[in-house]
Order: sequence, then C-alpha cells, then structure tokens
Amino acid sequence: MSLDIRGLTVARGTRKVIDGLTLPTFAMGEFAVIAGPNAAGKSTLLRAIAGLLPSTGEVLLEGQPLHALPRAEMARLIGFMPQSLESRSALTVLDSLTVAMNAGGGLAGRALRGPAAGRHALEVLERFGLADLALRPMAALSGGQRQAVGLAQAMIRDPKLLLLDEPTSALDLARQFQLLSEARKLACEGRIVIAVLHDLALAAQWADRVVLLEGGALRASGAPAEVLTPQSLSQVYGIEARVERCSEGRVMVMVDGLSQP
Amino acid sequence: MSAVEAILAEQTRRSQRRVQLVALLAIGALASVLLDLVSGPSGLPLGQVLRALTGLGEVPKAAEVIVWQVRLPVAVMALLVGAALSLSGAEMQTVLDNPLAEPFTLGISASAALGAGTAIVLGLAIPGIPALWAVSANAFLFALLALGLLQLAAALRGGGSEVVILLGIAVNFTAAALLALVQFVASPDALQQLVFWTMGSLVNARWEGIAVLALVLALCLPFSLAASWRLTALRLGADQAQGFGLDVAHLRRWTLVRVSLLAAASVSMVGVIGFVGLAGPHIARMAVGEDHRFLLPASLFTGALLMSLASVASKLLVPGILLPVGIVTSLVGLPVFFALILRGSAR
Repeated sequence: MSLDIRGLTVARGTRKVIDGLTLPTFAMGEFAVIAGPNAAGKSTLLRAIAGLLPSTGEVLLEGQPLHALPRAEMARLIGFMPQSLESRSALTVLDSLTVAMNAGGGLAGRALRGPAAGRHALEVLERFGLADLALRPMAALSGGQRQAVGLAQAMIRDPKLLLLDEPTSALDLARQFQLLSEARKLACEGRIVIAVLHDLALAAQWADRVVLLEGGALRASGAPAEVLTPQSLSQVYGIEARVERCSEGRVMVMVDGLSQP
Repeated sequence: MSAVEAILAEQTRRSQRRVQLVALLAIGALASVLLDLVSGPSGLPLGQVLRALTGLGEVPKAAEVIVWQVRLPVAVMALLVGAALSLSGAEMQTVLDNPLAEPFTLGISASAALGAGTAIVLGLAIPGIPALWAVSANAFLFALLALGLLQLAAALRGGGSEVVILLGIAVNFTAAALLALVQFVASPDALQQLVFWTMGSLVNARWEGIAVLALVLALCLPFSLAASWRLTALRLGADQAQGFGLDVAHLRRWTLVRVSLLAAASVSMVGVIGFVGLAGPHIARMAVGEDHRFLLPASLFTGALLMSLASVASKLLVPGILLPVGIVTSLVGLPVFFALILRGSAR
C-alpha cells in the first residue's frame, strides 16, 4: 500500500493555503511527521488528505483516487484524529467508540450493535490501556485522556491510513511516549501513519520521515537526520538550533535562540 | 466475572433501562390521552369513553358525539403536536449544537404567525384552498418560505450552525415586525382572532388537520431514526463527527428541512405553542441520555405527554373556561422544567 500526493491545492476563500503540493510517496509501515512553523498548512494538508476540506490535485491510495470513493468506503480506509477534542457530551467513552464505529457506516458496511459492538469497542480501549475509562462520560475526561480516547476512536474501524493532528499536545511525557510508540506500532502492523507534530524533538525521536512545510510548500522531506539540520531549521523557523546525533542514527534537536534576520 | 464482562453487563443494563424509560414515557402519553378524553365540562366516566372509543357496548349518542367529534380530535392533535415539536426541538438542539434551539429560534413560528395574519386580517388566501383551511395553509406556506430563505442563505454562506442561528433570529424579528404591522392595520375583530391564534389553541382541531400532521410526522420520523447514529456523533463535536466520516453540512441541512417541516405543520394547525419544543428534549435527555437511538423516541413521547397534560390542564385550571393551550404549556411546564434542572444539577 502506498499514498501519493500530487499537485494538491487547498484554498480557503480566495487564498491558496496549499498550492500545488507534491510529496514523495508514503509507503506502508511508515510513520511520517508533518512539521513546520505556524500557518505552514500542516493541519490543512492533513484535513485535505482526509477529505475533510475541498481540494484539487491527486490523493492516491495504492494508485486509486481516494476522494472519488464513496464516503462510507473512504471513512473505512481513513482514521482521522482532529486537533480539538473538546466535548461537553455526557456520552460515555464506550458509547463514543460505538458511535465512531457506526456513524460513518459501521464495520463491513453495517452497524454493529449490542454486546458485539461493546466487546469490539472494549478490545480497542484495552489495546490503548483505556478500559478503565469505558463508562466515564466524555465531558469528565481530562485533556490528555480525551486525546488518548481520540486515538482509540480513530482506530475503531481499523483504518489503513491513520492521520493524527497534533496528537500529543495535551499529553504528559509518559503519555506522549505511549501514544507515539503506539502510533509507530500501528504503522509497523501495515498502515501509513501521518502525524502533525510541533515538537521537533519528538519528531526526530519517533518519525521514519519528516515532511517540513513552510507557507504551504514543501521545504524538505526525508529521514529526521537529513531534514532536521541547523541550516533548514534556521531557514524555516528562523531559529539557531543544534542537532546532535545519538544512537541508532536518531537525532536530537536543541534550540539555542532566534537566528539573525 | 472479568472486568470486560462487568463493563458489558453494565452497558446492557443501561440500554435496557433506557428502553424501559422510553416505554414508560409512551405509556404515560397514552394514559394522558385517556385523561384528556374524560376531562371536560360534561363529565363522562372512563367506562363510557372506552365503550365509545372501541364501539363495544351501549353508549348514549351524546357521549359518542362528544368523544369522537369534540374530545378525541383535541386529544390526538395535542399528542401529535407535542410529539412533532419535541422531536424537531431535539434534532435542532443537536445539529445547531445549542441547548436553546427550538422551532422558534429559526423564526419558523413567527413566520407562520405572519402567514396566519395575512389570512385573518388581510383576507389573502392561496387560490383553491377552502376558506376553512386558509389560515393553516398560509401559516404553513410562510413557515416554508422562512425555511427556504434560511436554506438558501446557509447554502450561500457555508451553513455553519452560527450562521443558521443568526439568520433564524433575523427572520424571527422580521416576521414579528411585519406581524405587528399587520396587527396595526387590523380591524378589532380580526385582531382578536389573530391574537387568539398566536396564543396557540387546540379547539379548532379537525380530523383533516390531524391527518396532515400525522402524515408529515410519518414521513419525517423514519429519516430521523435512520440518522440517529450520525446525530449522536454530532454530540461529540462537529470536528470529531467529520473525522468519523460524516458529511456534517449535509446532515445539518437535511435535518433542518425535516424539523422545519414538522414545526411548520404543527404551528399551522394549532398556532404558536411555546416551550414543548425546548423542554421536551431536555427532559428526555435527562431521562435517557444523548444516544439518539433512545433520545429521539424519548423526546417524541415526552413532548406528546407534556402537550397532552397541558390540554388536560387547559380544561381544568379555570373551571368552565378553556384556556389557550399555548399559555398553559408555559405556565404548567416551566415549574416542572425548573424542578428537573435543579434536581439534575444537584446530583
């Protein structure tokens, strides 16, 4: 399985947030991170891939135009975890998973109900270590718990393409580690996982590939050690940064200050 | 029992409890209809009412006429109007993500009242509509015009819930201003009629009107129930619902068409009835929660029950006088509503 993005253009009103973006092919098993400064078009790109924003250009999954598929079929292939997971809902975590499963068309094209639905939802919750939250109302969760549940919701229909929009923004260090190692594992099981991350240290540590965006255009794409260099960081973010090599070819990013204009 | 089994058992227990509550509300609504049938100026015992209804056994002719031609139309109309308004309120609150949304928020009722005004005061009627139905037909037409206006503007502006609510408020005030203008030029007689209409009343309930409302409800209800998973998903936030693969704009648009039809049909038959569309869904939500598979039927039956009780109260509150039911729904309903909210927040 592979994901190709060619000539993707996304407009908000008259302004083109992303203009004719072409990215190197994403391969199965890959955990890619989209990085870049604020307003680089990271979330827009992710939403456009998910089919949540109107776009032109090609988004091909295994050579097939993804957005030409019927909505239910598309929803089955894609798991999308949005950035804002605010919820005032009194629905329980377990209910929210059943809804996530059935609202977009269910499993194998039909709604799963009753104990079978509950069992499936609980399996997914258990996998992410969330089973003890099952009967808790969504509104009563902490920001971090909500983000963890968000990943479970995105995974409930076992999608082939998993898109995560800043999945770690509300998580403590342990939860960050847990979620990102889980994301990598999900990729290794035979999916493509793409996450928008602000934290370059996390991107350097976990990603197989970093896609660096600026102003809706591609600045660099490749292994963290290739993409995250003092030069590229200075250009894209305007920062003075050191990039240290550590074991297993991974890198560490440390910011010392703003680069001179 | 393992933890998983325990959670599943609890989940099943909750579902069963919700089904029971929905059934209880349905039984309550039916019981209230019977109460509605036995209450009125001429005392009819329950036995006679039941015999007249079923046609089994001997019943005085007068009792049969009272039951079939006076009380049953009123009771059934109350049931249907309550059900329709409450169902539409529930769906509206969900798709607009606003607990205050009800059929009046979007100006549907105000437009219907304006339509009624054009018939009562200005004598304008749709050609080919019998005089008896001119008021209802105009009210329905104007409510649909308001809906059309909203849909058109929302389609042009992207159809977010804030846009729809703001437009609805604008439509509401415009219709109210135009209605005031109509009232200003009205003769005293026509003015009295119009004011009475805007208070909401069941006395003019007729079987033809009941049939129309029942038909609209029967057409809308299957679509509402079919959308229950998607509507529940909206409760988790529009963003998340989109992530689940929902076309939120599409869902919002069609739900609004459905609820506007329900509201327009109800209001055009009985005039402006406040409160049921707001309180019915809230009470239902307190009872069964936000899963729309349970919430929609619960709202339907709660609204029917509230309206039916209001119909009973409109006969009994002031002996010998039939109060407009729209006044009663607010007067009787509000204390109940407050009590429920206070109890809910105390928990």
